[in-house]
Amino acid sequence: MTDARTEILARVREALAGSTVESAEAHPETGRASEVEPVETPPSHAPVVDLFAERVADYRAVVERCSAAELADRIAAALPEGPVVVPPGLGIDVPGAVVDDGTLTAADLDRIAAVVTAARVGIAETGTIVLDHGLDQGRRAISLVPDTHVCIVREDQIVPDVPDAVALLDPTHPLTWISGPSATSDIELDRVEGVHGPRTLHVLITPAE
Amino acid sequence: MSATFVGMPAFPTAAREALADSQLRHNLAHATGTIRAKRAKVVEEVPDWEELRLAGAALKERALLDLDAQLVRLEETLTANGATVHWARDAAEANAIVATIAKQHAAEEVVKVKSMVTQEIGLNEALAEEGIAAWETDLAELIVQLGDDLPSHILVPAIHRNRAEIREIFLRKMAAAGRPAPADLTDEPAVLAAAAREHLREKFLRAKVGISGANFAVAETGTLVVVESEGNGRMCLTLPEVLVSVVGIEKVVAQWDDLGPMLRLLPRSSTGERMNPYTSMWSGISPGDGPQEVHVVLLDNGRTRALADEVGRQALRCIRCSACLNVCPVYERTGGHAYGSVYPGPIGAILNPLLRGVGHDDQIDSLPYASSLCGACFEVCPVRIDIPSVLVDQRAQVVDAHRAVSWRSVPKPEAAAMKGAAYVLGRSRRLSLVERLTGLGVGLARRFGLTAWTGARDLPEAPAESFRAWWERTDGGRDASGNDAVDPAGPDEDLRKGDL
Repeated sequence: MTDARTEILARVREALAGSTVESAEAHPETGRASEVEPVETPPSHAPVVDLFAERVADYRAVVERCSAAELADRIAAALPEGPVVVPPGLGIDVPGAVVDDGTLTAADLDRIAAVVTAARVGIAETGTIVLDHGLDQGRRAISLVPDTHVCIVREDQIVPDVPDAVALLDPTHPLTWISGPSATSDIELDRVEGVHGPRTLHVLITPAE
Repeated sequence: MSATFVGMPAFPTAAREALADSQLRHNLAHATGTIRAKRAKVVEEVPDWEELRLAGAALKERALLDLDAQLVRLEETLTANGATVHWARDAAEANAIVATIAKQHAAEEVVKVKSMVTQEIGLNEALAEEGIAAWETDLAELIVQLGDDLPSHILVPAIHRNRAEIREIFLRKMAAAGRPAPADLTDEPAVLAAAAREHLREKFLRAKVGISGANFAVAETGTLVVVESEGNGRMCLTLPEVLVSVVGIEKVVAQWDDLGPMLRLLPRSSTGERMNPYTSMWSGISPGDGPQEVHVVLLDNGRTRALADEVGRQALRCIRCSACLNVCPVYERTGGHAYGSVYPGPIGAILNPLLRGVGHDDQIDSLPYASSLCGACFEVCPVRIDIPSVLVDQRAQVVDAHRAVSWRSVPKPEAAAMKGAAYVLGRSRRLSLVERLTGLGVGLARRFGLTAWTGARDLPEAPAESFRAWWERTDGGRDASGNDAVDPAGPDEDLRKGDL
């Protein structure tokens, strides 16, 4: 008996006998180039940042813009009562926060009220923040289990649309795309914020360094 | 133990029952109307939507037409990233692979991300037979699982349940599955969602094995993508030590950049949002972050059968957004259960026959007819699956399959009628004879039968005179005096003329 891999690949080849990728490209309906032109970056970056702020807020996330000097105070004000965890390379002092050294279990994280992270990319069109879980963002679990996520996005990290973000991201990292707080529409399609992920998303937009 | 679609009646029977349920029709009309409006609003925002659909269709089509090479590449990149790749020809093989992995880790339970493919293969039932509890963690899937119910929509499997019914299910069933629902549970959606959060949290925190599907698998980079809303997906993909993802072979896209168009198309088509709350991407194992043992099961289960169908193959582009369900006038009235499959609606009406073949199961054979061919599904499909054309082709295949069964088998009434029609229409003399008997035939049909036809349609009145007879009698209307006359022409005259 042949193994499953050999058999499936043989079935695929048999199914495709006589069809080639070139025949797909000649097909009038699908013959367009696969690349959708990226939205042209406007001469000024300000509209992109404004759109990002507006679209993130549409998801009922809290959005604030502040200078680098104000950041520490804004973070402190955004944090709820209770323990806070920060990634090892955040680069901003959050008084009293636990620095994640990778040993906190899921149960430990469940007793932590909030997390503060940086981000990798912001997408204006969709109001999306992408984490690549580098040292200033930490491993995935710390930005998932605590109920409040304070996320710092720099203006120069914000791109116009999804393909721009895909082009910047490195797939060898795990990636988490976040568009507002956790939500569901599973009951009568009535949108409710807050199921399993952080129920509060607080985004701080700061100018480029 | 959850319910099963096995043994469901053919679509017309199931649809009749669904249509009689006015609560169900009310729930569905409200839900599909809401989501249609949301989708239309966010699609309107995208000026290049049609180009985007073309791009989405083209990149999925190219991956499918190069599927053997893409799958080999995906296996290479996943393996290089530290994942273990398994291949499964059918549901039984896939279920056995998952069960074996769970047992190797002595897992008595697994947590699951919402996944169509694991429903298709009946994974939960297979794991239950091995003594392993599979907990659904998506809110709608939880409602379906606790209620011992069947999913009725791809995106919102509990779309047929209203808030009062959901409260009832939580109060009665949560305790047996773990943390009970609070006694003061109301039917506010926010309160119900909070109860689900509390109920599932302990399961997430202790889970050793997580199970997922994937929305996309990128061959170039060995990356899997899961698109979700609630964060249950992130929990299952991040907290367990072991992650098993069951991925249909049609989920492969060639390049990393292909995710750009797909992630613009999917959320707007599916939930009617610019972007869904959470999307997770992982490429094998990340040291110190998430599961340190990662398995990917590449599943055929009929997909190569669909791929061999040159007309139907486009159904494998489907990204399970469910936009076609929400616009379908048939789905809106019957709901998902009538389709007898985890894949309901227009896409289900073509996908089930393509995956499983026609001619051996009346339920599957009935599905290509569960459509008015209005074309709304094609209009909204983000990857431009021409569902109406595939439906028509599948209907032809169903007819052919029944024609070919055996010379001894009793032909279907439709086949007999078509044969009769071919005989009659083949000679004008036969036609004129039959035309004269039409009035009698309609009268008999009305009196004695054809209820399968007339149950949903009006039988037209037979005209007193056929067009051909009128033409003959009035010389094509040139004989003005004949215009008022309606008496049918005499038989002798017509027969003398012979073939025209």
